[in-house]
Amino acid sequence: MTKPLVYAALAAVLLGTGPVTAGPVEPGNVEFAEDFTVSASLTDEAGDPAEGRKAFADRSLGNCLACHAVTEMSDQQFHGDVGPSLDGVAERYDPAFLRAIVVNAKHVFGEQTIMPGFYTLEVGVDVAEKHQGKTILSAQQVEDVVAYLTTLTD
Amino acid sequence: MGKNKLGLAAAAGLTASLALGSAYSEPVEDKLVIDGREMTTWTEAPADHPFDELISGWHYRTDETRALEADSFENPGMLYVERGEEIWNAVDGAAGKSCASCHQDASETMAGVGASYPKWNEAAGKPYNLELQINECRVEQMQAEPYKFDAPEQVALATFIKHQSLGEPVEIDLAEGDMQKWWERGKDRYYLRTGQLNMACATCHEDYNGRYIRADHLSQGNVNGFPTYRLNTGGMVSLHNRFRGCIRDTRAEFPAAFSDDLMALEVYVTWRGQGLSVETPAVRQ
Ligand code: HEC
Ligand code: HEC
Ligand code: HEC
Repeated sequence: MTKPLVYAALAAVLLGTGPVTAGPVEPGNVEFAEDFTVSASLTDEAGDPAEGRKAFADRSLGNCLACHAVTEMSDQQFHGDVGPSLDGVAERYDPAFLRAIVVNAKHVFGEQTIMPGFYTLEVGVDVAEKHQGKTILSAQQVEDVVAYLTTLTD
Repeated sequence: MGKNKLGLAAAAGLTASLALGSAYSEPVEDKLVIDGREMTTWTEAPADHPFDELISGWHYRTDETRALEADSFENPGMLYVERGEEIWNAVDGAAGKSCASCHQDASETMAGVGASYPKWNEAAGKPYNLELQINECRVEQMQAEPYKFDAPEQVALATFIKHQSLGEPVEIDLAEGDMQKWWERGKDRYYLRTGQLNMACATCHEDYNGRYIRADHLSQGNVNGFPTYRLNTGGMVSLHNRFRGCIRDTRAEFPAAFSDDLMALEVYVTWRGQGLSVETPAVRQ
């Protein structure tokens, strides 16, 4: 959470008006900095690494395991090797960079990357009806996955 | 892997294999011999091709799956070849004819035919694959109903006819009619990114063949074994069914079977695998 958000949340609690209701950042409004980072959280709620771990493995959500191996996840079968192993990724990159990768890997690695953009509407042609106008992950799921990635320290 | 990407991809592969022990795997070096005849499953690509070498999907499968294809008594796809032969000889339609009435012994009249499809059809003004040709003969020559896409009889007959070219190199004629235009259109389609996952055929089969995507060992996506027997589903899979499945997996709507889009794709993808032997019925996972 950025500082202003924390203050806003605090104020809300003090005034008894409940949580901040600004809502998540829309996919088109995510701000990428010059250095390919997204530093602001997409939601008001801190990411939950346990939920992120689930979304990472779930074939209908992140399905990150399809392309990335993670030793910590050896309870799951079939880790792909299309992308690099994510062991120790939290040592290599800070959360703002990890968030940028998950939101739209094309902005970070270039148009040609096979890694899908998980929180973007810049997608391929002929999107199946049930996926039209939708992102693969919700803003909160992105935060959860990023929170999980930050636990991968070795 | 695409020629330009070799260096980069090899470096990434190294990281992955270090992390995982032995997960990164090249296609297995092995020889495919069926009924004493050696198949061309790994061969040099022509100069104007995106690959250096053409490799059959057979090399990317497990020892057990490869062995199953090599043994024509064990190959479950051979049952469909037998079924196709029965249909070949069965009278159907108002003209009271079977395929055999006109084409006699398929082992002679259809030898090598399947290896040359899709083929330009002047009257139709478009390329025909075997399924379209079969339907044309049923309607025009037999006065029978055309088969619906993926009718069991259609798949069995296509398997039977293709099998008469077992071991023959795939070779199509792009000089006929407008084949070159269809090739171009198919090529555009091959590199077109589709769906919410935003991937093209080339994204998986050109850039990342040799890698595992979850449990699947990605191949070059060649068509020389179609229709193929799939162990996962326990049945034959036609080529357009496979195309549609791969497109669907990108979370995209897929074109109709035998539509111009998929016929163009068939022309182009078949060209990409020219020189590999027809393996029908190939066995895949
Ligand atoms: C279809 C394959 C694919 C999927 C699915 C995928 N990735 Fe990736 N990812 C890649 C590739 C390939 C790279 C390497 C960059 C490149 O070559 O484009 C990469 C790079 C990364 C990196 C940088 C790793 C490093 O050490 O440089 C992170 C972090 C990452 N992915 C996280 C994820 C997460 C989290 C998910 C799921 C929400 C995910 N990926 C899903 C293919 C994929
Ligand atoms: C009444 C005769 C007749 C019958 C019955 C018939 N065909 Fe044909 N077939 C032809 C003729 C004539 C051609 C070549 C002209 C054309 O393309 O239509 C042909 C062409 C073909 C070809 C293309 C051969 C090549 O060299 O490209 C195939 C494959 C084929 N038929 C399969 C079948 C099948 C399968 C059946 C049964 C479902 C069948 N035919 C029934 C007359 C027949
Ligand atoms: C998300 C990755 C992905 C994309 C994109 C994709 N495929 Fe596939 N395809 C696979 C997988 C996985 C298999 C099964 C393993 C293998 O042979 O690669 C497969 C198999 C095939 C096969 C069968 C190969 C054989 O030896 O039996 C063909 C043909 C094929 N794909 C064609 C295509 C075409 C054409 C496209 C584009 C319309 C496409 N694929 C897009 C993943 C993909």
